[in-house]
Amino acid sequence: MREVWAVAGKDLRIEMRSKVVASQVLPFAVIVLVLFGLALDADRGTLRSFTPGLFWVTVLFVAILTIQRSVSIETASSAFEALRLSGTAGWKIFAGKALAVAAQLLAIEAVMLLGVVVLYRSSFEDPVLVVTAALAATMAIATAGSLYGVLAVGMGVRDTILPMLLLPILAPVLVAATRAFDDGLSTAAVNGWAWCSLLACFALLYAIVGGVAYAVVLEDA
Amino acid sequence: MDIAVEVDRAVVLLDRFPALAELDLTLPTGSVSLVQGPNGAGKTTLLRLLAGLATLDSGSARVLGFDVATQRRQVRASVGMLSPDAMLYEDLSILENLTFWAALGRHETDSVDAALERVGMTSVADQSVRSLSTGQRRRAALAAVAVRRPRLWLLDEPHAGLDQAGRTIVDDLVSDAIRAGATVIVASHELDRVRPLATHVLTVAGGVVHRAEVVNSGSGVANA
Amino acid sequence: MATTTAPPEKPVKVVEPGSGTGSRTTRLLGLACLVGVAVLMVFAFALTEADLVQQDVVRMIYIHVPSAIAGYTGFVITAIASVMVLWKKSMWWDIVAVAGAEIGLLFTGLMLATGVIWGRPTWNTWWEWGDVRLMTALMLFLVYVGYLAYRRVVPSADVRARRSAIIALVGVINVPIVNRSVEWWASRTLHQQSSLSDGKLEDLTLFTLAMGFVVFAMVFAWMLIHRFRIGWLELQADTVGLQAAMAERRAQMEADIDDAVAHPGVSEPIEGGSA
Repeated sequence: MREVWAVAGKDLRIEMRSKVVASQVLPFAVIVLVLFGLALDADRGTLRSFTPGLFWVTVLFVAILTIQRSVSIETASSAFEALRLSGTAGWKIFAGKALAVAAQLLAIEAVMLLGVVVLYRSSFEDPVLVVTAALAATMAIATAGSLYGVLAVGMGVRDTILPMLLLPILAPVLVAATRAFDDGLSTAAVNGWAWCSLLACFALLYAIVGGVAYAVVLEDA
Repeated sequence: MDIAVEVDRAVVLLDRFPALAELDLTLPTGSVSLVQGPNGAGKTTLLRLLAGLATLDSGSARVLGFDVATQRRQVRASVGMLSPDAMLYEDLSILENLTFWAALGRHETDSVDAALERVGMTSVADQSVRSLSTGQRRRAALAAVAVRRPRLWLLDEPHAGLDQAGRTIVDDLVSDAIRAGATVIVASHELDRVRPLATHVLTVAGGVVHRAEVVNSGSGVANA
Repeated sequence: MATTTAPPEKPVKVVEPGSGTGSRTTRLLGLACLVGVAVLMVFAFALTEADLVQQDVVRMIYIHVPSAIAGYTGFVITAIASVMVLWKKSMWWDIVAVAGAEIGLLFTGLMLATGVIWGRPTWNTWWEWGDVRLMTALMLFLVYVGYLAYRRVVPSADVRARRSAIIALVGVINVPIVNRSVEWWASRTLHQQSSLSDGKLEDLTLFTLAMGFVVFAMVFAWMLIHRFRIGWLELQADTVGLQAAMAERRAQMEADIDDAVAHPGVSEPIEGGSA
């Protein structure tokens, strides 16, 4: 586990220094929320009832950028080669990278939740469910995203190929997280906890697949 | 004498170009080899193959007893490679970089201090890599190799961009490595610099080892 | 001890250079496909009766259902081949994987198109969001569009083989999750339950549908064989090019040595500052 924390800590420390996510991705998230407000006729309660969907679509966009940043940390100075040379097991590097992405996404989501309360007049009827759903969905996005991020390493066009590959895979996460939030924000009468369990299954599955696949990619020359 | 490197008819294709074209090479443990040859001869690809960073398209290669095709992780974990790219995180300090690589390789932190001192960077250890000059980056990259305490050192153009003091540091590190029982391969255009340390001189051309000479056999520890 | 991917180890009968990808067997198969499609059209449009409720639209099932099966078969082939790529590290299976994906994508596209056209008069909508099979098929379609797009951008052949195998397998394991999520999400489905099992179909309809399966299976096989052979020829072209490149590389070595003999003592240009 020492290596997992080393990788995650390294990525978060780089973010603390460079503030790329904090100064570019976080404002982007807020801008998207505002744009939805402008596009969807803010006066008529539409925003409030669509909050869960808008929230998670925004998170998906933000996740693309955060994952691209996570990949470019390694490719910018050929550090990915050094990671390969370190002989560290693939799943440990994968777990570290995914944890760092998840931590950054959760921080952004916290700000966004504040944003939807203020901008969309949403209210948390079931805060425990909202937090649980956010945690599970974020782990799902971070694991699947880190896996697809490394698959795009070494390709000149990785900025355009990543969303194409990742977003269809994340469609069930969007559905499940939106429904869970529907329950948590009382915008629709559904069983949010069942959706949370689906999110957890997804996260677990992609954690396992990602760990195995990362090793394959890392072993490649 | 133990065999550290054994390459047999190795072919490495880079986008269908045979960077190595049936290259053969055998080097004993504890040897210091100088790899020379024109640009595009295949020197860097040879080092990358030995580091487990190149795909072997045919032939075989063993490094420190591990097969580079099937035991890549073991190969990679036991070699240290200095490449033209610094392989350091720009936003972290030198100390943070070295500590990170030490943690991944499960090395003790005192190896970090020792390596920093060896390359004369203790005083700037807390500076971010971004703020370093080319020569300082080179030294930091050398320290990152030393931290790993590799059994096979693969140095690609180690002298490039270094001042006189820096070049002496490279020579000292190579001497240290030999004393510790490691094997060293240096690809360099600066023949005069490396030759006094070398036990073998390999001339690489057209993707094969054209000539392999044994020089100063057994006196590899001699200082420059 | 060639442990890595190229050249492929498996002995496979390969067409003669210059003769294209056809052989006597595949020409016969191709001919049978043409005849089969023609006969199927006659049965589907002329001999079978229109449905009492769905009327002429029902004829779509003779294409829709076989397309669906052919599409999923293609993806199953890709999935199996991808497992083999990762396990055996063979380029042979990589060619099978891409052939399966391309053909699977074609038939899935056909299935989606016929399904949408069928849905308009029957469900009174082109697209039904709540339908599990529709959504699952669309997601699978998109995943494989991504798979083929990805294959175009990876430069190295064996890296491409392994990484795209991962993408294909992740796409497959994603299917049950998509299925589950859409099922819960919709909680109702418009999709016609399988018409085969309830025994309502008439004999001629059933016969035509069965013929559809056979004809589509033949077309599928014909396409798969040809697509595989194209991939195989591409791989061979690379190998031929490799021998020429190796010869060139050796010639370059001799030129370098001659250079060194002609100008002894002249060392190489020094990079990176003063010596």
